[in-house]
Amino acid sequence: MLRLPPLRYLRPTSVEAAAEAVAEHPGAMLIAGGTDLVPNLKRRQFDAPVLVSLRGIAGFDGIQGEPGRGMVIGAGATLDQVATHPALQTAYRALAQAAGFVSTPQIRHMGTIGGNLLVDPRCNYYNQSAAWRQAVGYCLKRDGDICLVARSSPRCWAVSSSDSAPVALALGAELTLRGAEGERRGAAADLYRDDGIVYTTKRADDVIVGIHLPAAPAMTSAYWKLRRRGSFDFPVLGAAVALDWADGMVRVARGALGAAGSRPVEVSHLLTPLVGRRPDDELIAQVAEAAEKPARPLDNTDFSHYWRKRMTRVLIERALRDACGLDPLAGRLTAQTRSGQAA
Amino acid sequence: MAKTQADELAVVGKSLPKPDAMGKVSGQARFADDLMLPRMLFARILRSPLPHARIRQVDASRARAMPGVQAVLTGEDLPIKYGILPVSQDEEALCSEKVRYVGDPVAAVAATDEWIADAALEAIDVSFEALPSVMSIDEALAQPGEPIHPRGNVHKAVALEFGDTEEGLRSADHTREDVVFFEGNTHLPMEQHAAVAQYGQDGKLTVWSSTQTPHYVHRALGKVLELPMSRIRVIATPNGGGFGGKSDIFAHEIVAAKLAMVTGRPVKITLTREEVFYAHRGRHPVLMKVRTGFRRDGRITAMQFQSFLDGGGYGSYGVASTYYTGALQTATYAIPRYRFEGVRLFTNKPPCGPKRGHGTPQPRFALEVHLDKVADELGLDPVAIRRRNLVQPNSQTVNWLRITSCGLEACMDRVVADSRFLERRTAMPSGRGLGFAVSSYLSGAGTAIYWNDMPHSEVQVKVDRGGGVSVLCGAIDIGQGSDHILAAIVAEVLGVSLQDIQLTTADTDLTPIDLGSYSSRVTFMVGNAAIAAAQRVRQRLAEAAARMLHCESDELSFRGGQVGRRDHPGEAISFAQTVQAAEAGEGLISASGSYTPPKLAGPYKGSGVGPSPAYSFSAAVVEVECDPRTGEVRVPEVWIAHDIGRAINPVLVEGQVEGSVYMALGEALMEEQTFRIGVHKFPSMLEYKSPTTLEMPVVHTSLVESLDPEGPFGAKEAGQGPLLPVIPAIANAVYNALGVRIDEIPITPEKVLRALAQPSRRVGPKGVPRFAFPSPIQAARPPEWEGK
Ligand SMILES: Cc1cc2nc3c(=O)[nH]c(=O)nc-3n(C[C@H](O)[C@H](O)[C@H](O)COP(=O)(O)OP(=O)(O)OC[C@H]3O[C@@H](n4cnc5c(N)ncnc54)[C@H](O)[C@@H]3O)c2cc1C
Ligand code: SF4
Repeated sequence: MLRLPPLRYLRPTSVEAAAEAVAEHPGAMLIAGGTDLVPNLKRRQFDAPVLVSLRGIAGFDGIQGEPGRGMVIGAGATLDQVATHPALQTAYRALAQAAGFVSTPQIRHMGTIGGNLLVDPRCNYYNQSAAWRQAVGYCLKRDGDICLVARSSPRCWAVSSSDSAPVALALGAELTLRGAEGERRGAAADLYRDDGIVYTTKRADDVIVGIHLPAAPAMTSAYWKLRRRGSFDFPVLGAAVALDWADGMVRVARGALGAAGSRPVEVSHLLTPLVGRRPDDELIAQVAEAAEKPARPLDNTDFSHYWRKRMTRVLIERALRDACGLDPLAGRLTAQTRSGQAA
Repeated sequence: MAKTQADELAVVGKSLPKPDAMGKVSGQARFADDLMLPRMLFARILRSPLPHARIRQVDASRARAMPGVQAVLTGEDLPIKYGILPVSQDEEALCSEKVRYVGDPVAAVAATDEWIADAALEAIDVSFEALPSVMSIDEALAQPGEPIHPRGNVHKAVALEFGDTEEGLRSADHTREDVVFFEGNTHLPMEQHAAVAQYGQDGKLTVWSSTQTPHYVHRALGKVLELPMSRIRVIATPNGGGFGGKSDIFAHEIVAAKLAMVTGRPVKITLTREEVFYAHRGRHPVLMKVRTGFRRDGRITAMQFQSFLDGGGYGSYGVASTYYTGALQTATYAIPRYRFEGVRLFTNKPPCGPKRGHGTPQPRFALEVHLDKVADELGLDPVAIRRRNLVQPNSQTVNWLRITSCGLEACMDRVVADSRFLERRTAMPSGRGLGFAVSSYLSGAGTAIYWNDMPHSEVQVKVDRGGGVSVLCGAIDIGQGSDHILAAIVAEVLGVSLQDIQLTTADTDLTPIDLGSYSSRVTFMVGNAAIAAAQRVRQRLAEAAARMLHCESDELSFRGGQVGRRDHPGEAISFAQTVQAAEAGEGLISASGSYTPPKLAGPYKGSGVGPSPAYSFSAAVVEVECDPRTGEVRVPEVWIAHDIGRAINPVLVEGQVEGSVYMALGEALMEEQTFRIGVHKFPSMLEYKSPTTLEMPVVHTSLVESLDPEGPFGAKEAGQGPLLPVIPAIANAVYNALGVRIDEIPITPEKVLRALAQPSRRVGPKGVPRFAFPSPIQAARPPEWEGK
């Protein structure tokens, strides 16, 4: 069996103490559910001589507020809590969907929403044992000096594989971080960097405390996830959209793609044609086609990257139709004929 | 036969929980990795990081010096080569000269814990000289640089012909040729392989291993360790799934044994999941060409079949696998003239071997898809073309397979009717489709892996004066239910309850031989041996009971724990009293029974692969739902009928059928062993995609009972056959749904979209490489086929 490396495990009882513990111990990492961290450590993808657990902190998993005023989710809430929370399921449906689509029931009961936002970007040259990585000659992300996916690339293209991250962007969520030097709040989008290795802007000792969802009295949202199987699998593509409505027209349209780059890829600016309109089949298809542009899949996940690229517009279209209350799968045959002609 | 009327049977034919079920679901079962012995060491294996390389030097001095390291082995400690087949003794437990795939074992460490063992592996310095690697059939034939084995990259080439096929094709009204590819995949058992070894002060070696073939492991250990077999004891622990993946001899078994001998302490090795992918012995990638001649009415005049197998780095079962890709085409269809050419190539990948259906799912896919295409061209429906050619009960195939009981037509009728295949297939809504296919499989290989005249299965039955019945047999339950079969058969013959049976299995010191849980042989062969043993015991008990009940022994019935007079229901004594009377008369009551399959091989070289005392048959209809925008294929419903001969425990048979459907679905739609820069692309349970419960369709299983004349209570196999028709039925259903032919397994969304965009509406190989097969052995035709 693969064994964890020897390490120290600390279990503070407050956020402040946790942040300080990380700051005090060089190389220390926070651990919540451990469902991303532990398998990665077993494969020696990184080192963590000290783990600082967030599981001893009381009240870290609360879900508060109501959609009319906005809600706050404690970072320690499990994915299962998020997926099954009635107010989240209705007013922030995409988030509940994304949490519910993560892996398996076991993982959703252990894994937290905070940890989910911070999934280590994945790459099938990297999420492998040390012996396997030795056989392929290592890569930039750990121990090597080239990227095996894009050999001439100076950077790592590991894939942001979180289901909730694109949804957080689409919903316009904000995060509270508490570090050894104090607390700050900022847009979820600002958490991410476009790099497969240093993928966040946060410091090691920054603890995500809460996820703030803005008031959403008239919002619909949807998250569509592409993967091989109905369970277990990380996304090879995710499409999150959120539409704010006024008088039957779209007032604000936001969206982001998951697993389309090293960070969640914001596509809100490409959804603006929807604003002020009552979207129909045609408009949605057009917008979806335009919104696929920023997706840049590479050959480092399940499925071929060509197929993932081709699926981007399909997934965006389905997510948009879903958020507009239209049958997400309808019209697919006519669309097929169209893309068939184009090919 | 003990009893033949179904209504007389008390245990056989009933759906009952198997004896090991509660132990397994409650955690009581002791798998190999659960074993903990005092002072036990933990071992790890250092594996090659290169696909093909010469080993220049192995320096283990740093590792040996580490505290906690008790022993380090390298190739020179285990120089004797071995292999499962006598003709392929080409493996070393630890490579000494060359490595042939990433994952090939090079050195091993035993240490006081796994952390130390891991650290010690890193301290072993191996210097390799890299060689060009060969990663595909084409590359193997092109022979760049040094061949993988001294004899070259062609492991085995065979050619057989039964009748003049060229003439048969010439006289056909219509001929068709198809080329298809079946990518390799692996077994993915839940339990990783594990072995524990102990070398006693008495000079005896004991090895506990999660193996499907304890007897073959026993033989190999004797050879490689140079110990007499009488000093080796192999105990097969319950297998947490095998599917063929634990039926070879594995380096870790030999290494654990050797380390135990060297250190004098018990040693355990449990493979990591990644290592299980390297141990492999799974489905061969096979490229196939099939050419068939037909009369206008759909009757086959002749068939020529070629297969190219990508074998991986070693021989393993490969010679048998090669023959199997040509052996069973004739077992479902009466093919009057038949030619088979097959070649297995070495490549720098983990060795392939037997996986559920061993060598036959690939050609079955080729054949059943080919027949559907021909049916289309001849204007026949898929059922009609198969009916025209169906093999008949009590017949002999052109390659000398003896077909006895045959419920194939009944299986077809059943699934066609239940799914309303013929009515619905032409009226499916867009994106939905129905596909159909049939198949056949062996109930046990007619020949052993090494040539010998001894029985294939033996069972001992011993009764206790308290009424308990001990049953001893070498068979290992790999989850398929062999424990239940043994217990049920003995309970049936002796009229006791299942709870009265005490099983001792798969221990070479205690139990008589069974060759192993492979080739779907256990129910048939162990079952017959168990009947023979139990009947002998029963005869002796009956004589004692007859004296007490003042009647003839053949007037007695054994039922419900009582031995009584059939015609005078009141006159009975308990089973235990009967045993006591018999024991008082003649001492210990025990008996043994054996089973040796009839000699069925035809009069030609290569005839040893294919013959079986009986064949099972299956038919399936699969419904698919395809998303033409993404190419995704979902399977909502499957109808499958299986000719089991007789279901000794129907719920277990259904379990095997459903499990086969599950496995077939994975192979058809997603599972594949793929390699990138010489390395397995994703040796993990997360990234090697196999279906989850959410992908599992509704399965309508029907059991057809053809009561085989030689099977135990009429039973045949269920473990492998039902997988076979499902894969081609899915491919045929996708064609029905979208009009595209994916002539390449797995059928992935990418391929479906590619086919939709292509004028040919097809994705698949274009041809087979040029290869000079040997000129075929012209086999004599069985009398039935003379002149046809
Ligand atoms: C088989 C399998 C399948 C999976 N499938 C999916 C999937 O489909 N989609 C998906 O999104 N994920 C998936 N995951 C990843 C993971 O299970 C989830 O993302 C989960 O939500 C991670 O949460 P956690 O609490 O377990 O995080 P941990 O593993 O504890 O931590 C993950 C990272 O977040 C950091 N961290 C955790 N909490 C905080 C916090 N409050 N503040 C600051 N840093 C923090 C840790 O330091 C670490 O870097 C899968 C994992 C496995 C093993
Ligand atoms: S994207 Fe390149 S550098 Fe990053 S993990 Fe993958 S192979 Fe390594």
